Formats: sequence, structure tokens, C-alpha cells
Amino acid sequence: MHITKDLVAASATPLVLGILAEGESYGYAILKQVNDLSGGELEWTDGLLYPLLHRLERLGHVESFWETPPGGRRRKYYRITDQGRAELAEQRRQWATVVDALRGVWNNTQSALTPIPAPAWELGR
Amino acid sequence: MTAASEYDLEGQIAEWRTYLRRRRELRHTDGEELEDHLRSQITELTEAGLRTDEAFLISVKRMGSFDELSREFAREHSERLWKQLVLPGEPDAAAAARTRRELPVMVACAALAALSVKVPGLFGIGFDDEGSFYARNLSLFALPALAAYFAWQRRVSPRVIGVLAALFVLGAVGANAYPLADDSQSVILTSIHLPLALWLVVGVAYVGGDWRSDRRRMDFIRFTGEWLIYFALIGLGGGVLTAFTVGTFNAIGLDAEGFIQAWLLPCGAAAAVVVAAWLVEAKQSVIENMAPVLTRVFTPLFVAALLAFLVAMVWTTNGINVERDALILFDLLLVVVLGLLLYALSARDPGARPGLFDRLQLALVVSALVIDVLVLVAITGRITEWGFSPNKTAALGENLILLTNLAWSAWLFLGFVRGRMPFGRLEQWQTRYILVYAVWAWFVVLAFPLVFSFR
Repeated sequence: MHITKDLVAASATPLVLGILAEGESYGYAILKQVNDLSGGELEWTDGLLYPLLHRLERLGHVESFWETPPGGRRRKYYRITDQGRAELAEQRRQWATVVDALRGVWNNTQSALTPIPAPAWELGR
Repeated sequence: MTAASEYDLEGQIAEWRTYLRRRRELRHTDGEELEDHLRSQITELTEAGLRTDEAFLISVKRMGSFDELSREFAREHSERLWKQLVLPGEPDAAAAARTRRELPVMVACAALAALSVKVPGLFGIGFDDEGSFYARNLSLFALPALAAYFAWQRRVSPRVIGVLAALFVLGAVGANAYPLADDSQSVILTSIHLPLALWLVVGVAYVGGDWRSDRRRMDFIRFTGEWLIYFALIGLGGGVLTAFTVGTFNAIGLDAEGFIQAWLLPCGAAAAVVVAAWLVEAKQSVIENMAPVLTRVFTPLFVAALLAFLVAMVWTTNGINVERDALILFDLLLVVVLGLLLYALSARDPGARPGLFDRLQLALVVSALVIDVLVLVAITGRITEWGFSPNKTAALGENLILLTNLAWSAWLFLGFVRGRMPFGRLEQWQTRYILVYAVWAWFVVLAFPLVFSFR
């Protein structure tokens, strides 16, 4: 399945903020988690995560710090701020509204649409 | 995994970082962050069983294209597209300690320049009653501090420092030893020529004592142009500061003009000499030089103005009205034309083929020459009538010096435009001619009062 660019872009901020709300993290780990959460369906170009993180930092939603593990490479970590948590809550409300509305639409039109065919490998079982 | 493939990966990553570094939108720390990501990805892929080179290729691909990346970074960090003068600079290790001391040393030199203006005041020489003393010695307040700054910055040898000190002492003697009346012409000539002579002494410090090198001399010419622009800009800022200081203090019934005349203006100007020089040095590699840009804008306009003047003169058959100031006016015109020529040369790629702008430049020099020859012809008839006063002799001497320079430049330029002469010859001619200015300026300061028996 291909998720359109707009949808990826719109969901990026709440996803990153949500992941950081669970604890501080760094770019690569955040991306891995996005991958795991979406079952590999949400495809981000790796490099583009960083401008997003920098934007969130400029807006004050996250803060960053460099940490060097003993004998390891310097790594930049990000941590969510109180303002970021508030932003996350706001985004969550907005997304909940959108999802509710969509669910309403799907239910209404379900009878009119042909059911989505099950994937081939499931048919073969 | 063999050591060889390990080494290869490091080389590949280093190369990738080099590409990142070329993108202005990406800072050093961004590169570091992205490299960390790349390495994590490679590690995971190799652990999953891929070969190092395959893992590298996949990881780079997933990172996204450089164009896309720098576009996104530019969208977030648009300020980076404007080259900013970052004072401490990006951490580049090596020269860091010295650059850290750069700012305090510059401030110390600026303070030295500012305070030296007030030193004569301690000995009862006030601004108001000893105006001619300050006019003669103006350059002796700020320029030694500037030379000291460059001497420190370039780590010049003690021998060169000795020469610099000797020249400044010579300048001080030349300005003050002769019994010149306050209203004599020689005082004015000294006030004009001593700064020029000492500025070239600063040049010796600027090139770190390596004053024979043509390339370094050209650097000093570039520096001079930028310095003038920065000095003028600081002056504009200072004007705004002055206006607000006077205005706000007036509003509460206090008169700040005394303070401004005695302290803010003279000390500020002296300090600005050093600060402007430091700015030019600090931003050298950060911001494009302004003098060549202005040259590009004004060369066509000056060509048009000079040609219009020539046409008008021929059309109306009006001769040049040789007033007392005419010679000085046309001297200044030659200086401007020479400046336009110099700063066009200073920014030119020596290897580039002659183009339209070079022809325009040639037209500028030739029309200035024609005008100047007309002026000289008009003046020679009158010179016996005037007799040789210091002012006229100096103005005539300068005119001849500039005329010689421009005439030979025009000849070299013609050869270059027609493809018979390498561009380097023109550059060489200009940089070597600096010596003539130096000799002339010192001659006017040291010998003119004697020759004209202190008139």
C-alpha cells in the first residue's frame, strides 16, 4: 500500500511527538519506531526526519542535547517539552475528530461499497 | 569482516560527508547527526546479513537525495542561505585558540586608538584652539593601533616591527618638526598626504612584512576598498547614534553636544578604523566583496558621464575654465577612475578572456585620459602666471603620477583586450605602482615644507 505524501506529512508531527512523549530518543530510533508502529507501511525518506525535528525544536515542542556514550560516537537526542505535550494533546484532539468523522462516513457508505477484497495469501489459507 | 572492507566503508562515509559539507544549508552538526543515522542504518543492515558496501548503498538511498535534503533543510533553516558573520566560527579546532583571542586583541587595539586621540589633551592641547595640530596628526592616532593589530595578527618578525615603528616615528617628526604656520598650505598638504603615507605603512603590516609580493599587495588593495566601505557604514551608524544621543538628552534638558564633540566623534572614529579593519578580515571568506560590486555598477555610469562631458565640451566649444580648484577636481576624477579600474582588476579572474566589461573599462580609462590631457594643456599656459605654490605643485604632481599610471594601464589594457597581453601584466603594473604613491606621499610630507620654505 502506498500512503500519499500529504498524509505522511500531516501525520509526521503527531507521530514524532507521540514517540518522544514516551521518552527521549534520537533520529534513527524514532524512525525505527515509526516503522514498527505502521508495520512498515509509513515510508519516510530518512533524511527528512531531521528538518522536521529541527522545526519542532525551533517551535519549542522538543529540545535537543548531545550525548557521548563512553567509547562511542556523539549522538543528538531529543526530548519533548511541556509545550510539546500540550501540542500533542491538541493534535490528538484534532486527529480524533478527523478519525471519528471518517469512521462515520465509512459506516454510512459501507453498504454501498463493495467489500475490500482480502489479500491473496489470506484467500489461499 | 575483513579490515580492508572496514577501511573502505570509512572512506565511503567520509566522501559522503564531503558532499554534505558542500551544502550551505547543512551545518557541521547536521552532518554529524545524519552520519550517526547512516551508521546506525548500516550497522543494522550488516547485522541482518548484508555486505558492507550493499548496506552503505541502501542506507544512502534511504537518506534521500542531496537536493531533496538540502531543500528541506533550507525550508527549515532559511537564514542559512544568508551568509552570516558568526563571531566564533564553526568549531574547526586548529586555529580556535588564536581566534578566541582575536576579539579581545581587536578591542584592545580599538581602545588604544580611541584613547590616543585624548592623549594630547592631557598636555593641554585642546581640540578647539589647536585644530591644525589635530589635522596634521590625525592619522597618527588611529593607524599605529591598526598596524599593531595586523602585526599581532600576522605574527610579523621583530625586524618588520622595528621598520613599522621607525616609519611612524618618521611620520610624527614630519608632521610636527617643521615650523609651519597654522594657515600655511604645507599644513594642509601634510594633513592630506601623511594619512596616505601611513596607510601604506599599515599595508606593510597587513602583508606581514612581505611587501615585495605582488599578490599580497593586491590583497591590500582589496582590503583598502572593503575597509573604506565598512568605515563609511560604521560612520553612518555613528551618525544615527549621535543624532539619537543629542535628541534624547535634549529632551530631558541636558546638552550632550560637548561630550559628542570631545569624546564620541573623535574616539569613535579612531576606534572605527580598527573595527572596520577587523570586520573586513573576519568576513573575508563569508561575504562577497562589496567594492567590485560597486565598481560594476558605477563603471558604465562613469563612462556615460565622461563621454557626455567630452561631447558637451566639443559641441559647445567651451574651454575648461581653469580655476584654482579645477586641477584638484580633475585629480579626484582620476582617483575615482583609478579606483574603478583597481577594484575591477582586483575581482577579475586572471584566466578569463576579455569581455564587454573590459572594453567598457578601457573606454573609461581612455575618456578620463583625454579629459585630463585637455585639462593639463589648459593649465600649462597658466602655470607661469600662478607661479609654483605648494598646493599647485602637489596637485600637478599628483595629476602627472595618475596620468602616467592610467596611460600605461590603457596601453596594457588595449593589449589585453586585443589578446596580445596576459592579464597579469596589468595587475603587476598596478601593484608595483603603489611604491610610486608611497614615495610621492612621503616626499610631500617631508620635503615640501623645506622646498617651499614652510609656506
